[in-house]
Amino acid sequence: MALSPVAGISQAGRLFALFLDVGRLMFRRPFQFREFIQQAWFVASVTIVPTALVSIPFGAVIALQIGSLSRQVGAQSFTGAASVLAIVREASPIVVALLIAGAGGSAICADLGSRKIRDEIDAMEVLGISPVQRLVVPRVFACTLVAVALNGLVSVVGVAGGYFFNVVLQGGTPGAYLASFSALAQLPDVYTGELKAFIFGIIAAVVASYKGLNAGGGPKGVGDAVNQSVVITFLLLFFVNFVVTAVYFQVVPAKGS
Amino acid sequence: MGVEVAVHDLTKSFGKQTIWGDVTLTLPPGEVSVMLGPSGTGKSVFLKTLIGLLKPDKGSIMIRDVDVARCSEAKLYETRKLFGVLFQDGALFGSMNLFDNIAFPLREHTKKSEKEIHDIVSEKLQLVGLEGTDKKLPGEISGGMRKRAGLARALVLEPEIILFDEPDSGLDPVRVAYLNQLIIDLNAVTDATFLIVTHDIGTARTVPDNLGMLFRRELVMFGPREVLLTSEEPVVKQFLNGRREGPIGMSEEKDSAQVAAELASLDGAPERHPGAAPKGGIGGGVPPQIQPSAGLPERKAAGRRQQRVMDMMHTLPQSAQKAIQELLDQEHQEELDAREASGGISSGLADRDTQTIPIGKG
Repeated sequence: MALSPVAGISQAGRLFALFLDVGRLMFRRPFQFREFIQQAWFVASVTIVPTALVSIPFGAVIALQIGSLSRQVGAQSFTGAASVLAIVREASPIVVALLIAGAGGSAICADLGSRKIRDEIDAMEVLGISPVQRLVVPRVFACTLVAVALNGLVSVVGVAGGYFFNVVLQGGTPGAYLASFSALAQLPDVYTGELKAFIFGIIAAVVASYKGLNAGGGPKGVGDAVNQSVVITFLLLFFVNFVVTAVYFQVVPAKGS
Repeated sequence: MGVEVAVHDLTKSFGKQTIWGDVTLTLPPGEVSVMLGPSGTGKSVFLKTLIGLLKPDKGSIMIRDVDVARCSEAKLYETRKLFGVLFQDGALFGSMNLFDNIAFPLREHTKKSEKEIHDIVSEKLQLVGLEGTDKKLPGEISGGMRKRAGLARALVLEPEIILFDEPDSGLDPVRVAYLNQLIIDLNAVTDATFLIVTHDIGTARTVPDNLGMLFRRELVMFGPREVLLTSEEPVVKQFLNGRREGPIGMSEEKDSAQVAAELASLDGAPERHPGAAPKGGIGGGVPPQIQPSAGLPERKAAGRRQQRVMDMMHTLPQSAQKAIQELLDQEHQEELDAREASGGISSGLADRDTQTIPIGKG
């Protein structure tokens, strides 16, 4: 049954319906401010440390790759420029996607899923309260906010890590590294990175909520839902990342061209 | 007075599997009804369909001129405010303490001040016997307490229809007896329409005004409790006596040849294995219904129901008619005894009059 095309399409349709519901109920008062703050804090607390820890080696790997590559082609002076570009444009949204889906999304999905199998969600609906408005909307806002903030964190930590590895370990010139920072990179790169993080946050939260709200079949069902939510979110995020990047290169001219 | 729930021709299936089909029944306003059925016959699904959590494939559920099965979402949320539902495990919000759980619907739907909310919550907590536990989290209390707290939350908006999903599951027999008494007391006080989904035979025998049974993807029967309790239908008899011989098997239903053989072997044998009373069941026949605790008003539904049953008496099976008559005689006798004992003939008479007259609608 899970393999039939109809089931797949109806899943996609219901997921999309939840997107629309979130969009509609976003404006319904009262906004659950308390829940939003709690969730933002919660998502931040499960993602900040892993994000920082992941972005240091990530930045280092990029610095090492670019460092040796630039030496081979004799463009050492552009090491800094290239690694900043790589981190701000690509690495940082990807790290955000990994963490927001893997840590934030899975936590949201597990939370909602366990509420679902304890009938809490049903009870809420029966009390005449929409779980989408009450639970999902604040989570989407929280996840989006944290994703955007995380993207900033990853960019900073990644660039710092890159600097450290390039200058300290590969014997690069600090001045050249810093001076070439803005040779290739430009402000729209940061904006796009943040835009990507923004979109990732929304998608991760909605997919996780969808899977959580539709969990079934006891504790195992919740486990399955979390697993599926992470996989689906990854697929969607990497695809969206590709689309946004493609559009970006069409819309924003590269520096100096 | 409670609200009538009219279910017509309701069918629900998951994928290709039909859960139950063509269920038609009416929950009379203000009365207590019980829906029986072996495990896995879709009793909980039926309940969730009634509140619009699940959409039926066809059929209608009319509540105050709103068809819950196909009304708009806004209408549905509005209609749901008439409902109070007790889920199997109470379905309390795990992150809130009992007080906040019970206050939750009030804070969401009313503009009451915190003081008013506090008063209402305390009253409901007292009603279900949970005073002093309001600061506890749902994870810190026993299953029975969670269930009662869930009941308190279901009652807090003064619902007109109260649904119970297996109120007895996970409770010991004594707690079940208390809960059953609480249900009858609540009905006397609120005059709301009650539907209890259960497989506890003790509850089915003594609590409801009306009794129904789901089996084999259909509603076997639904009507005044005497009808089901005196029924000769093999499924019903097997279930009420909690015995192995009959159409209900361990996992699914049995094939008809085996059932026939088993039933034949039962001929002349005692109703059940000697010494083995069914879960929650005691004795056979139609035991008298639980009455509200002393000090509470008469159940208004009892009078209405008596009138209703009298009107449909000629359509009921012979055995049910006999049982109803016997119960009536017994009740009458008790009343006479009581009157003799107290000596207050005039007041007793007046009471009797006022309780049988109201056949009110609305």
